Amino acid sequence: MANGFFTDTTVCIGCKACEVACKQWNQLPDDGYHFTGMSFDNTVHLGASTWRHVSFIERPVPLNGADTGFSWLMASDVCKHCARAGCLENCPTGAIMRTEYGSVYVQQDICNGCGYCVSGCPFGVIDRNHEDGRAWKCTLCYDRQRDGLEPACAKACPTDSIQFGDIAELKERAHKRLEILHEHGMREAYLYGVDAASQPGTGGLNAFFLLVDKPEVYNLPPDPEVPTIRGYQSWKAAGIAAVGFAAAALVSALFGRSAKNHEG
Amino acid sequence: MAEAHPVGFQWVMEAKRRGAAIIHIDPRFSRTSAVSDMFVPIRAGTDIVFLGALISYVIENEKYFKEYVTAYTNAAAILREDYRDTEDLDGLFSGWVDEKGQYEGPTWRYQDADFKEHESTRVPESHAERSAHFSGPKVKAYATDYTLQHPRCVFQVLKRHFKRYTPEMVQDSCGISPEQFLKVAEHLSRNSGRERTTAFCYAVGWTQHSAGAQFIRAAAILQLLMGNVGRPGAGIMALRGHATIQGSTDIPTLYNLLPGYLPMPKAGVDNTLADYIKNYTARSGWWTEFPKYMVSLLKAWFGDAATPENDFCFDRLPKITGDHTHMTSVVNMADGDMDGYLVMGQNPVVGSPNSGLQRKGLRNLKWLVIRDFYMIETAEFWKDSPEHERGEVSADTIGTEVFFFPAATHVEKDGSFTQTQRLVQWHNEAVPPPADARSELHFAYHLGKRLKELYADSKDPKDRGIQELAWDYPVHGARQEPSAEAVVKEINGYTAADKNPVKGFVDLKADGSTACGCWIYSGIYAGGVNRANLKHPATDHYQLGHDWGFAWPANRRILYNRAAADPEGKPWSERKKLIWWDEEKKTWTGWDEPDFMKPVPPSYRASEDAQGLETISGDDPFLLQPDGKGWLFAPTGLQDGPMPAHYEPFESPVHNPLYGQQCNPLRMEYERSDNQLARPYNDANYPYVITTYRLTEHHTTGAMSRWLSWLAELQPAAFCEISPELAQEKGLRNGDWAVISTPRAEVEMRVLVTERMRPLRMRGRTVHQIGMPYHFGNRGLVTGDSTNELLAFGGDTNSTIQESKALTGNIRAGRRNRSAPARKQSNDEPDEQLRDLPGARDRPVGRHGVHGPFSKQGDQT
Repeated sequence: MANGFFTDTTVCIGCKACEVACKQWNQLPDDGYHFTGMSFDNTVHLGASTWRHVSFIERPVPLNGADTGFSWLMASDVCKHCARAGCLENCPTGAIMRTEYGSVYVQQDICNGCGYCVSGCPFGVIDRNHEDGRAWKCTLCYDRQRDGLEPACAKACPTDSIQFGDIAELKERAHKRLEILHEHGMREAYLYGVDAASQPGTGGLNAFFLLVDKPEVYNLPPDPEVPTIRGYQSWKAAGIAAVGFAAAALVSALFGRSAKNHEG
Repeated sequence: MAEAHPVGFQWVMEAKRRGAAIIHIDPRFSRTSAVSDMFVPIRAGTDIVFLGALISYVIENEKYFKEYVTAYTNAAAILREDYRDTEDLDGLFSGWVDEKGQYEGPTWRYQDADFKEHESTRVPESHAERSAHFSGPKVKAYATDYTLQHPRCVFQVLKRHFKRYTPEMVQDSCGISPEQFLKVAEHLSRNSGRERTTAFCYAVGWTQHSAGAQFIRAAAILQLLMGNVGRPGAGIMALRGHATIQGSTDIPTLYNLLPGYLPMPKAGVDNTLADYIKNYTARSGWWTEFPKYMVSLLKAWFGDAATPENDFCFDRLPKITGDHTHMTSVVNMADGDMDGYLVMGQNPVVGSPNSGLQRKGLRNLKWLVIRDFYMIETAEFWKDSPEHERGEVSADTIGTEVFFFPAATHVEKDGSFTQTQRLVQWHNEAVPPPADARSELHFAYHLGKRLKELYADSKDPKDRGIQELAWDYPVHGARQEPSAEAVVKEINGYTAADKNPVKGFVDLKADGSTACGCWIYSGIYAGGVNRANLKHPATDHYQLGHDWGFAWPANRRILYNRAAADPEGKPWSERKKLIWWDEEKKTWTGWDEPDFMKPVPPSYRASEDAQGLETISGDDPFLLQPDGKGWLFAPTGLQDGPMPAHYEPFESPVHNPLYGQQCNPLRMEYERSDNQLARPYNDANYPYVITTYRLTEHHTTGAMSRWLSWLAELQPAAFCEISPELAQEKGLRNGDWAVISTPRAEVEMRVLVTERMRPLRMRGRTVHQIGMPYHFGNRGLVTGDSTNELLAFGGDTNSTIQESKALTGNIRAGRRNRSAPARKQSNDEPDEQLRDLPGARDRPVGRHGVHGPFSKQGDQT
């Protein structure tokens, strides 16, 4: 069994209750008070102290079927708890583990702050805290789940844009929702990272999204890939290269003319 | 609504999921527009033109709900021959008395109406008073024409009144294209009638105008025409500014009302209980019950001391002697006419208009009490302000003594919230308040205790109110916290003899045998159960959820729901079924608590001599109205006209396109040197429309959000929103600083350039609007200039609400000049006269306490 999030961005009203609920439950510090001028987004991206982040995208074109002359997309981003998690696979200390809820969790008492996980995440989610050096990200409210509660962000979301539950059930719900939207003319809607087939680079996301524009518009990679997914290929290539170099060295040792000779 | 009421907006999103279309009409593209099916940008302050054109559209195209309109509204009533419309008088109604600056006399009345002439010619303020003014000895003895053809019947008068409110006029006034207007009109028409209903939601974007009450009236007229009142999925929802603003008008913080919308007694008019009851008891309709509610209130407040012999202590109540509204009180302070001021959960230096005048008021007090969570701007006005920056004042010359009381938050106390559906919901103390922080209840109760001790031995008759006040609430714990439930019990009402809770307001008596703190809430503690604390949610089978909280009155979820059935008592349609007459059981029944006397059949007709509740006929769904009908035309009750007419705001970019009368002739106006206005229209120095609003991230003046890191980081700076076109015109860049100016002040803000703000095209010119959130001040984790520095005192006379949603100003790149005050940069003297027609210019000064003897001190600080 695995739990996760289905974030339906078409009903997000950008209230940021998820950001605030997350920070309150997890007692996270602020990111500083910086006016960015980027629409209503002043926390900018996920990081060590922001585990939910709402993007605001102003587009000059309306959504299909809406008579608004313009559109303002809002989407709440979060750790994807990938089926193949780059951070987890990169972690040399075993600090990052997969929990009984299928989520990817950083054990703060083990993390040594090496930062390998940061380069392992294709979404740029996990981040080191500059004060203590350790890596932090969404825990899928492991502590709340232990007590039978849903994560704070999902609990606080007034419009059910963030839905929490069993992944299989969420996928079913998401496909139904997509069908309804398509029927109502919102042909541009699609699911991002719903399974391994649509996103082989991560094996599918335990926190997947319903989007209405290209992933890049939401600051999501179009074709994310966990670096370790090419581990076999890399080692194989390295192996072949090593054999090649060894052979070349041997050939050179056996048949190469000496420098002296060449000099002459 | 998504912006300022995100939690309530979940139900709009739920309706959208079920197929409802959302139309958003607003000067700016907000979070609400983002999820709407249609967004209609409008020039701030022109909603009456838009709504009036919808009214005209549904009448001219016969899209209104005929059976509903004929039976349930006053469409058939015939007006007097001497009634004159704004069409006849270029923007004034008949009855204008220039020397008094108000409307008077009977011309708005129905023909042959036998109404009560009062000693006071003033238009009534409260609903009870309006009902009392409505009729004389005979019930419904006025002329009618149910074919709605008579040229002077309300329906035809309404039709003529709005005739010039056309799609083209909408284009010229609001900047909305006729195509877009017609889309809205057609949608509304399709979505109303027997099978379907439409709801309107509004907030202070409608109320904070100099004709704000008439904005709401326009929506009410439209909804009545479409049959969208008293039915499921219909109505007009007033979204309130705080969690329990509804509660604070029901059990009011308003100076002119007592609990349950009973009028505050007036000195010289309501000298005895008999006078008071005579003045405010209606001849017909539900307000005939008025004496029961007043006597029960007096019994609740004065307990055993209240007896029939002493008028139930009526003369212990304070009587009002004049205008004590917020703005008038502040100018009185500024002019040195007030000593003390108690501010609880309010931050007027940031939240009220003309912050400079607010601070001037505070500087001239002797003492000031603040109860809040933090040291807000109003508590520290003496320390730091633009006047300090300019060296005009300093802390050591300000004599106001400030007392600060830390307040408990809503999770640190028991209590209730009443929301827009009139639903009262209980909250429990989750954690004790820290240190010295206390609840309002604690503060009020212990203050009362101390006052009673202080005056215990006084022989002065004026102190008897305090001495005889019943003030026994059980307290608990080390903090001596009074029991909030005991207050609920008193609000519910009880029998004086054995203190048993009454079942509801129908049990109340006028003989002193019952006590009740607020009649409309009666039933909230029926059977000794705090029904506000019931938490059984609605189910699919029982959608109205009557066991979740308590909705006043009588736990009714949809007000005036008799209108959900046709005149014969049958549901208008199966789809919109709610309440109906059960002929077999001879009772009204249905899925909600019927808003009608259950055994009175639809066929019952009141005789002219009927008394009390028998004056309400079986087809009178609006039973609080003296004639039982929804008023398309208000023969009494509004000071500025029986029907809405469009007037431009105090400051506007254009001349009123409809009438020679530019502004609401009844506007509340403060002509003072510290409250200067731009020219009424076409002021070249202030060419842009400014509108103010809230953001989701902050709560009103920021007193609950700017001190909290998790909210402060989300919107860390005061900013204004402008269109790319205006940015281009004024050389403003996204993220840079801009100075916005009005004749009152200058403020500096960061600039957010966005296509969400759109220039409007009207009458061959472009009108730019500047959007300004108003959450900032100079205290807290994040600070910024207060938008409300820019606003003027002045507003709606009916509600005494300020006009803060539409004004004019200017914008330039750069930072504010901190050493010199903003000066009105007008070359030509503003012609104040242009706001009024020649016949409406000579109203007396001082109607709002502005030109009294104190105005000479206008420039002092």
